[in-house]
Amino acid sequence: MSWLIKNASILGGEQQDMLLRDGVITEMGKDLQDGEAEILEAAGLIALPGLVDLHTHLREPGREDAETVRSGSRAAALGGYTAICAMPNTNPIADTAGVVEQVLRLGQETGLVDVQPIGAVTIGQRGEHLAELGTMADSAAQVRIFSDDGHCVADPVLMRRALEYVRAFDGVVAQHAEEPRLTEGAQMNEGEVSSQLGLAGWPAVAEEAIIARDVLLAGHTQSRLHVCHVSTAGSVELIRWGKQKGWQVTAEVCPHHLLLTDEQAHSYDPVFKVNPPLRTAADVQALREGLADGTIDVVATDHAPHAAQDKECEWAQARPGMLGLETALSIVVQTMIETGLLDWAGVAERMSITPARIGGLNGPQRRGAAGGPIAGHGRPLALGEPANLTLIDPAARWTVEAASLASLSRNTPYQGFELPARVSATFLRGNATVLDGKVQL
Amino acid sequence: MNRHLLSAGDLSREDALKILDTAEQMATVGDREVKKLPTLRGRTVVNLFYEDSTRTRTSFEVAAKRLSADVINFSAKGSSVSKGESLKDTALTLHAMGADAVVIRHAASGAPHRLTQWLDAVVVNAGDGTHEHPTQALLDAFTMRQRLGRDLDGAKVAIVGDILHSRVARSNVQLLHTLGAHVTLVAPPTLLPRDMQTWPAQVSYDLDAALGDVDVCMMLRVQAERMTASYFPTVREYSRRYGLDGRRLALMPKEAIVMHPGPMVRGMEIAGEVADSSRATIVEQVRNGVSVRMAVLYLLLTQDSTGQGTA
Repeated sequence: MSWLIKNASILGGEQQDMLLRDGVITEMGKDLQDGEAEILEAAGLIALPGLVDLHTHLREPGREDAETVRSGSRAAALGGYTAICAMPNTNPIADTAGVVEQVLRLGQETGLVDVQPIGAVTIGQRGEHLAELGTMADSAAQVRIFSDDGHCVADPVLMRRALEYVRAFDGVVAQHAEEPRLTEGAQMNEGEVSSQLGLAGWPAVAEEAIIARDVLLAGHTQSRLHVCHVSTAGSVELIRWGKQKGWQVTAEVCPHHLLLTDEQAHSYDPVFKVNPPLRTAADVQALREGLADGTIDVVATDHAPHAAQDKECEWAQARPGMLGLETALSIVVQTMIETGLLDWAGVAERMSITPARIGGLNGPQRRGAAGGPIAGHGRPLALGEPANLTLIDPAARWTVEAASLASLSRNTPYQGFELPARVSATFLRGNATVLDGKVQL
Repeated sequence: MNRHLLSAGDLSREDALKILDTAEQMATVGDREVKKLPTLRGRTVVNLFYEDSTRTRTSFEVAAKRLSADVINFSAKGSSVSKGESLKDTALTLHAMGADAVVIRHAASGAPHRLTQWLDAVVVNAGDGTHEHPTQALLDAFTMRQRLGRDLDGAKVAIVGDILHSRVARSNVQLLHTLGAHVTLVAPPTLLPRDMQTWPAQVSYDLDAALGDVDVCMMLRVQAERMTASYFPTVREYSRRYGLDGRRLALMPKEAIVMHPGPMVRGMEIAGEVADSSRATIVEQVRNGVSVRMAVLYLLLTQDSTGQGTA
């Protein structure tokens, strides 16, 4: 099917029509006509290249009660995403070609977003021996991002070797920066609130110590380091310093760290428990500024679904993590656009173009031939480009209802929040995955 | 007064004084031949103890029984809890059984707060993790008032020991501040919480310097396993720097008292001669615990939903 999108504001700028045919933007301009194409009136909507998430937990295989590739794909499409990168902390861990190919296949079967598997750095994410990184890279999943997310690659030698080894296939190590000895039993940000609540502290230094070390290792090895979910002001400083050195360091921030603070823990409701934890207002401000000035390259969701029983319990017993795919864009609008820190082109840069580049998902679109790498994401909205895009209603306001989210889990920290901006439609290779705010599967 | 007693910080000065004054009346019941009041007849109080604590559980049990309440002891061991039942399901069970009050002791900070979301009963925090233990603070304040023979406005209290992990310290700091006392926390820097600027208390690393003008010195238990986690080098060094022995007792004003919430480790934070001296209030604290818990159960179970007393 072809789509003629009328009067969309491209990256929040000029209004244009776009004709999507055979997965490609075949015409752009004013007052386009096409007898066959389905027409979508997009006046007042903003067109961005389809969003790309470098950090998604899909829970399949292993915890299909919390999320599946299919349910997570639905949430992603509704959030404006056309590609997501699935973290390997499943059961079994995605540390072999077999598991990453399974996740790839499940993504293809759903077909709502491109699902790029991330491979574990170490066998079983235990931080002892390298997993077969090259075999995962050579597999059908063509893995380029490797992460032990949920665990830190704490051993400095192992981290050095991983950084060096993945250079052979232009890989990147995405580090969950958490010094394990400094965070034993940790429950929330260490500070005034943790002291008052009697919850064991997760100090900023535990994140910053690993980032400092890894930035130095990235410089030493001349390899690519990606820092997951940066949460402290000090981390922003360290990454800024590494970039000034000219080293290949990129970083992501999560929407919840741009909005929420550790004050939320006063409720003892573990829906606010996340790793790394919610920090202070000063950290939130530094993260926003770091994202605005490009020190932090991208927004990544760390979408982490959890079954009800893993959150309806004592804080210390609860699993860390929050839903994020369906609310990420709205949180970025509230924290970055409404504050004047970013414009829509800046949002496209940080939620589509740069994450696609870091993840290696921005190659020219494959045509017909099966088995090529996932490609065509984070590219300009221009003639001849892949038709991966999302249309956003910037004037909409909506109230988050956990029960009406597409995710199988309900652990959104934004229950009852009124948020700005809503995804109206999403297109993957010219096919509508979301129309009128409703997923097409 | 709030519907539940979760934190000592939830008590206004008026609330706290009402509990202490009521506890004084309750204390007289213990002196009678028949140690019982009919006040809570037909009400059910559940003691939900996820941690072993014979002292606190027995104290609440005696308190509820003296008020003629039906008492159910629900200990985690040997119950459905040991078979993996969640706190929420246990709460729903207690709710279905019609518990009027649940007294909870739990290793997780905030567990009593969670409980209030799942049942209708009045919830009393009998110690949650490293957060709070409000009835301990109340019985400590009661004991201070009794021993000092006056209100606590301007009283100087040193709390010494593992402040970082102490629910007793957190509750005492708040309640003593509410009652007008001046608190100094004394500990090695490793056993003090981070970012305490907002706590209404002074901080000192030097016990000798803190003792000169105190009215009360409250010693906290220090668990030996803190040593293996390098909070301090050895038990001997801890005892030398932060233990209360005869020499340090002599540094305190003559009328000043020594408190300990128990269980104490003799020879560690407190010397045997100090624990057994007439200056120590350790046994009185236990006795006063019953009166204070009677007052808490009585006041919480006889107020309506607006916090007004109906009894």
